[in-house]
Amino acid sequence: MNARYEDLSDIHIDVLREIGNIGAGNAATALSVMLGQPIDMTLPKVNLLEFNKVADAVGGPEAVTYGVLLNLSGDVDGMIMFLLNKDFAHLILNILMGGNYSSFDEMDELALSAIQEVGNILSAAYVKSIAELTGLFINVSVPEVNIDMAGALLSVPIIKFGTIGDKVLFIEENFQSSTQSVMSHMILFAEMQSLNLMLSKLGLA
Amino acid sequence: MGTIIVGISDLKLATPPDTLVTYALGSCVGICLLDPATRIGGLAHVMLPSIKVSPGDTNIMKFADTAIPEMVKKMEQLGAFRSRMTAKIAGGAQMFGSPALASTSNPSDIWQIGQRNVAAVVATLQALAIPIVAKDVLENYGRTVLFDPATGIMTVKALNKTVKEL
Repeated sequence: MNARYEDLSDIHIDVLREIGNIGAGNAATALSVMLGQPIDMTLPKVNLLEFNKVADAVGGPEAVTYGVLLNLSGDVDGMIMFLLNKDFAHLILNILMGGNYSSFDEMDELALSAIQEVGNILSAAYVKSIAELTGLFINVSVPEVNIDMAGALLSVPIIKFGTIGDKVLFIEENFQSSTQSVMSHMILFAEMQSLNLMLSKLGLA
Repeated sequence: MGTIIVGISDLKLATPPDTLVTYALGSCVGICLLDPATRIGGLAHVMLPSIKVSPGDTNIMKFADTAIPEMVKKMEQLGAFRSRMTAKIAGGAQMFGSPALASTSNPSDIWQIGQRNVAAVVATLQALAIPIVAKDVLENYGRTVLFDPATGIMTVKALNKTVKEL
């Protein structure tokens, strides 16, 4: 039984990486369906990162980012945070709504709710792969959204899970449309007990 | 002259000409302490109200009720006096969720953590008899905090907002 993220073995981490890979694949498929055009994805980078390093990995604590936060409940107690940089958000909006967005200042209510929905669909794709692989029941909350400095957005899940360890599962993906390559970040925060349950369902006690 | 970076769950001291900075406080709280006579300053970036909720956690810089006394102790070791210290605080925002969500949710809920962090910081400073002379707290946006022990000015920067010098 692992008590903290630091106690996870290399095998555990490889399994989490694989869950991340499958989730990212599902997310790319969901995104192509939503946008009505093929979206390719390079092999995602999946790492356990110290929370002090997470903000650096997304462009620095002050990088202006769109954040979507979802609460996980049921068999797994956790949170998923999905961070979209400006390019990613604008690519999606321009394809989806035929607009010509180029800065966060132009975001209207409609654009915000479109991004919220994209975050919802991508996060659901991850959760679905975890649930299918493990046979666990996972309930996902309505997404909460905000645009602000990445570090400030990340403070919420980091605070919630700051008492169980100093690391998180960090997934970096490169999505490619026919014209553009954009990056997104998905961060899974889970109670250690939930992580142990996931690992034991996969045959790793 | 250097700028000393204070991370998450971290605290650092500085004397002029050095200055302190902590980036992108969300629901966390930044606490700037100054002894004006010696110009010894400190900045802490705390994540949670109390170490009591997390028994076994050894990082005392994570919690308001342990980080602030630790910072005071370190400043005293350099020659500062608690009786002269003043505090300026910033952060403790509610980054997600509508105000309605926060007011209807359980007080222990994550949506209210900013508010609880601010309350814990205020209570800890009160117990140490250190007056809060300026604050920029709560609301719903992130803040970067700079503190200059030479002037005692706490500068607060936020996205699409005027820079505040407090």
